[in-house]
Amino acid sequence: MGSVEPAAHGDTTATLDPESAEWVRALAGGGAGRERALLRLHEMLLRVARGEVSRRAPRLSISGPELDDLAHQAAADAMMALTGKLEQFRGESRFTTWAYKFVIFEVSGKIGRHYWRKPDVRLDTEDWERLPDRMGFDPAHQAEWHDLIVALHRAVDDDLTPHQRRVFIAIVLNGIPLDALVAEMDSNRNAIYKTLFDARRKLAASLAARGYLNHYARRS
Amino acid sequence: MSEWSQLERFLQTDPEDVGCGEAMEIMHVYADLVQAGADPEARYPGVAAHLRACGPCAEDLEGLLAALNDPHD
Repeated sequence: MGSVEPAAHGDTTATLDPESAEWVRALAGGGAGRERALLRLHEMLLRVARGEVSRRAPRLSISGPELDDLAHQAAADAMMALTGKLEQFRGESRFTTWAYKFVIFEVSGKIGRHYWRKPDVRLDTEDWERLPDRMGFDPAHQAEWHDLIVALHRAVDDDLTPHQRRVFIAIVLNGIPLDALVAEMDSNRNAIYKTLFDARRKLAASLAARGYLNHYARRS
Repeated sequence: MSEWSQLERFLQTDPEDVGCGEAMEIMHVYADLVQAGADPEARYPGVAAHLRACGPCAEDLEGLLAALNDPHD
């Protein structure tokens, strides 16, 4: 994987815009001014959390009071995280954008954890017959992709580490959302993504070595 | 698109992809650049590569931009 070039977000503190500077001053200060700023911050984070859970709601099996409860939890946890990291705000963005990011990440994490409340969710089932459907393969073309699926299955068994295999099966075969797997494995998004990234790279190399990939390019 | 190329596309990885950790670290800066009409892809090509490949991070950026575009903001 690549990396963000150091110069792009180095450790120099940018000059704060007036609104951001006011937020930092009030939150870093004390007394009634800080209390008022915390109240304003919580109102703002709650509004963003509610907006974000509503935006995602059509794709979730959560609604009504449960959805609002999730928004409240996300806002409260974002508030805790943000106030604990205030000294890390370097003014590279507006303060509000930086603050909103905490809420968005909290919403994602909580939706990931909520996924496991579904009664029919299983982590380790392994049904390879579902893969063509998951990949959007056309049943009418089964003769064309059958060998490819068999080769992929073999590559998953032969070439992946047990951890890579578990992550690949969970996400690709069982359709478990990445953030849900993060919660279940008590991991983090970067680690699970990297595991899947490495698995995809290994599988591509393995299938290419066996003459399966670049098939489309060769034929066109 | 044939099934072969669909699978090939799924397995394809971009060596510039910085991963979730760095993309999440810089997402607020990236979002402000998007909203300002600047070119975050040119400034952060590795993050842009990641956002093209990672559904959860792309979803978070979408949510962040939606919050920034909220009329309350």
